[in-house]
Amino acid sequence: MPDGRLSAVRRRIQSVVDLYATPLRAAHYLELLNPLWSSRTLTARVEQVWDETADSRTITLRPGRGWRRHRAGQHIRVGVAIDGRRFTRTYSISSSPERRDGCITITVKILDDGRMSRHLVRHLRVGSHLPISLPQGDFVAPESVPTRPLFVTGGSGVTPVMSILRTWALIGNVPDAVHIHFAPHEHDVIFGTELSALAETHRRYQHHRVLTRAGNASPGEHHLTEALLDERCPDWRSREVWACGPQSLLDSMEALGAEAGVRVRLERFRAGVAELDEDATGGAVTFLVPDADVVAVDADATTPLLRVAEDNGLNPDHGCRMGICHTCDVPLVAGQVRDLRTGQITDEAGTLVQICVSSAAGDCEIQL
Amino acid sequence: MTTVVPRTPEPHADGVDPAAAPIPDGLPVDLAPEIVEQLGRELDEIYDATIASLGADDERYIRRVIRAQRLLALGARVSMEAGALLRTGAKGSRRRTVGTTLLAAGTAGLGLAKVLENMEIGHNVMHGQWDWMRDPEINSTTWEWDNVCPSDQWKHGHNVVHHTWTNVMGRDRDIGYEIMRTSSEQSWNPVYLAQPAYSALLALLFEWGVGVHEVDFQKVAGTAEQRATQVELLKGFRQKAGRQIAKDYVLWPALAGPGAPAVLVANVGANLIRNVWSYAIIFCGHFPDGVHLFPPDVVENETRARWYVRQMLGSANIAGGPTFHLLSGNLSFQIEHHLFPDMPSNRYQEVAPRVEALCARYGLPYNQQRFSRQIGTTMRKIWRYALPGGQDTTTDGPAVRRAR
Repeated sequence: MPDGRLSAVRRRIQSVVDLYATPLRAAHYLELLNPLWSSRTLTARVEQVWDETADSRTITLRPGRGWRRHRAGQHIRVGVAIDGRRFTRTYSISSSPERRDGCITITVKILDDGRMSRHLVRHLRVGSHLPISLPQGDFVAPESVPTRPLFVTGGSGVTPVMSILRTWALIGNVPDAVHIHFAPHEHDVIFGTELSALAETHRRYQHHRVLTRAGNASPGEHHLTEALLDERCPDWRSREVWACGPQSLLDSMEALGAEAGVRVRLERFRAGVAELDEDATGGAVTFLVPDADVVAVDADATTPLLRVAEDNGLNPDHGCRMGICHTCDVPLVAGQVRDLRTGQITDEAGTLVQICVSSAAGDCEIQL
Repeated sequence: MTTVVPRTPEPHADGVDPAAAPIPDGLPVDLAPEIVEQLGRELDEIYDATIASLGADDERYIRRVIRAQRLLALGARVSMEAGALLRTGAKGSRRRTVGTTLLAAGTAGLGLAKVLENMEIGHNVMHGQWDWMRDPEINSTTWEWDNVCPSDQWKHGHNVVHHTWTNVMGRDRDIGYEIMRTSSEQSWNPVYLAQPAYSALLALLFEWGVGVHEVDFQKVAGTAEQRATQVELLKGFRQKAGRQIAKDYVLWPALAGPGAPAVLVANVGANLIRNVWSYAIIFCGHFPDGVHLFPPDVVENETRARWYVRQMLGSANIAGGPTFHLLSGNLSFQIEHHLFPDMPSNRYQEVAPRVEALCARYGLPYNQQRFSRQIGTTMRKIWRYALPGGQDTTTDGPAVRRAR
């Protein structure tokens, strides 16, 4: 039987089986036995945790049913509940897709104000289950090994590059590659030992480490500059550049690449995080309306977003207009809103916002 | 579904000044407006403190209840199927006895599972009590419950209409469910003579009553536009009910082969258990002796504080132990639920003593009685008010004026 018809038959059977579980699906019951068997939500089990440095940890995950093998360099979204609330962040996969035990790893470094990174590094337990997404992203090694890459990484930005390097090492085809990695001190270098070993075994892989805070380095002395590139990788202008790391590093590399006319691939995770502003007095509100134009308006800090939407010709679902019935709940896409009842500010994307009792607290984007 | 309902004042946004606005006489309390506002602030504080303290323990609670409910439902289904198959054995055989026992256990278990799903889980999740967890499944916008009433229709009829307009005559469609006279303040009509009979029928068929509650049959006979909206509602209902019927009365029985009739009967039994129990608990919420109805003008310039007072006078609690509260979906804390409809249900028990103390301080009644009293007076009202007249049973209190 052709594949198409086979899967159509399977779907038909699945829908009958699901009728036995209506209004749920059969998978809701299957996952009581093992969350990894769910065909509805992709879940991973934490198999192992390993401290890479004092503030970073590699987490080995076993993805459940529905997983698709990643391409080296891709990332996944990972969800975790902290104090009962779900947080979701994106992490690069640090393991190679050639790994044969069905597991993947992510490597997380604690950010200064990172609630989720702190939780993952300090409190995550082996055996817990986390919702994850399928691998995404185009910061991937091309099918054919690129001829002469230059990798510029900083801190935990080494993770997608690690996946690429491990893959090349496993298939035994490491190209002429230069890798410049930035870290504060030697003991902060994630995968330090493994990277050094790679450079030992594979002659064509050159590894440079720039320690920005080591010894008596003055601030900014060891940051990415043209001079530094010229010194560590004289032929960088003829290479394909891949960069992943902190915002400032990516900005510098992007500027240098643009100036020299060199193609630079960037992997960014924290796209300009808005500063949480407790005294914000309203802001620019963007309503994303399905099948219609985006509506962008300015709103003050006291008018409920529902009223703002209505005053601008929109008609969102609503009911009680006093925050009890939850008919008007819509997800926050970006930015921050204030609950007019409690004054509490919400800035976590994906949170359902009661727009009848919430106002703009700075710029925000709302999905209607 | 886009719903448009008349606007209530937006108490916080518009900042209605209670001293400046004329206050209609509809709320039967002798408390100065500023005292009512003070009471409102105290209730706000209870709400804010509780919401701020939500955390991992609450998450664990709801996940445990959901998991237990699903395991119970699954176990009950398996027990039912096995029981029905074993019962095909010879009369008087041991095999047959075991089969009957398993079938009965399965019926009770499934009834219990449906009670938990509808009351402690579905009703409360659809109120948005667990939205703060940001779990895409345990969420008011996505939950579909094990009941013939589609969730979107229930959320409108219940969360919007009933919870906003609680006990306001002409506004709250849950006053006697528009088919019964449950207060001396409702004018009598000969139709009510039959209410003891159809109240009993409603108990047996409760989920079907809930299922068509959102449909306004007067509008079905109205203009073409009115009819169109009602037909939409009926379509949604038919689709949901169709799947529920297929599951309970066709697919699961069919799986038992020769035992199919027994499984069918067991499913009817489980649905009856859920129907009668939820009917009893829900009727105790707003119908026992003591609760007040309000004239339509009570909502004019109504501040949040006055809305709170209306909720407290219009609702009744049932005293009981932890198991009773769980099985009632914590609707035994109806007063707390109506004050704070989106507060997680596991927290009602802890805020109840604070609400009760507050009522005592402000001279307001706190209608909490044992189950037999609440259901008893409800039944008495259904029989008595079937006839014209009848005594006023609303509560008195230092600060409460009795309705005439």
